[in-house]
Amino acid sequence: MTNTPLWEVFVRARNGLAHKHVGSVHAADATMALQAARDVYTRRGEGLSLWVVPSNAIVASDPTDREMLFEPTGSKIYRHPTFYEVPEEVGHM
Amino acid sequence: MQETPRIRMLLGLADDALIHGHRLSEWTGHAPTLEEELALANIALDLIGQARALYQATGLPEDDLAYLRDPHQFRNVLIAELPNGDFAFTIARLLLVATAADLAWRDAATSDDSDLPAIAAMARNEIAYHIRHAADWLIRLGDGTEESHRRSQNALDALWPYTGELTVGIDRSAWLGAIEAVLERATLTHPADGWMQGGGRDGRHTEHLGHLLAEMQILPRSHPGATW
Repeated sequence: MTNTPLWEVFVRARNGLAHKHVGSVHAADATMALQAARDVYTRRGEGLSLWVVPSNAIVASDPTDREMLFEPTGSKIYRHPTFYEVPEEVGHM
Repeated sequence: MQETPRIRMLLGLADDALIHGHRLSEWTGHAPTLEEELALANIALDLIGQARALYQATGLPEDDLAYLRDPHQFRNVLIAELPNGDFAFTIARLLLVATAADLAWRDAATSDDSDLPAIAAMARNEIAYHIRHAADWLIRLGDGTEESHRRSQNALDALWPYTGELTVGIDRSAWLGAIEAVLERATLTHPADGWMQGGGRDGRHTEHLGHLLAEMQILPRSHPGATW
């Protein structure tokens, strides 16, 4: 089964939440990949919905580009919403 | 143990689930892939859970029923106790048995028994997945390679004489219709109904059940009352 395609698994835990990547499974086709994902990743009530995506359909950023892509944001703290005070009347936000 | 008709009926359902569940659990550590190992273990746990609920419904001590009865006191159908064979045999049996169980649970869901409808509500969701998993695998094995087709057909041929007692008490034509729909997609066939094995419900078992029970029961029999 080593030549069986790899699938990335995404689980949505509750209504209103986004699907979250949880891992991967090997399966011959999409139907069996969904069943494998169900059996491997939702054994303890983790989810209400499942996505499986062929791993080779994912386009990933190049690790050697990391500094170019992500370093520049380190010096731009003004992008974080921490420069104003929340009025007390707003309560929990 | 006083075996009233109700207890006998409950034990039939429960022993089918326990013995088949135990067989499926034997794949743990041996399944072809990690994914399938978990799938079979999940199904085994579903079945053992159904068995527990049914044993509890008898009002008798569930551990005694599972661990302290001898082969002739078990009421399961023979097909449940047959050794796993290869993966095709395990999957074909799962389809045949789960499809019959689904029909039995449908009847149980509307019975006037004090416990059965509630157990059936839980079991039917579980069995629906067992059927889907087994059917999807059997379609791929039957319509797969020459070897997987041959092994699946051999499994069906070997299992068929054990399907007679499987459909006692349910509508065999409904069961057969559901099975044939899968076999057609799997490019497999089933033998004509001929002489059928039987006796499981009366405690007349194959030589395999004693070996299964020896392994399943050794701990509580060697260490009575053990807890952990």
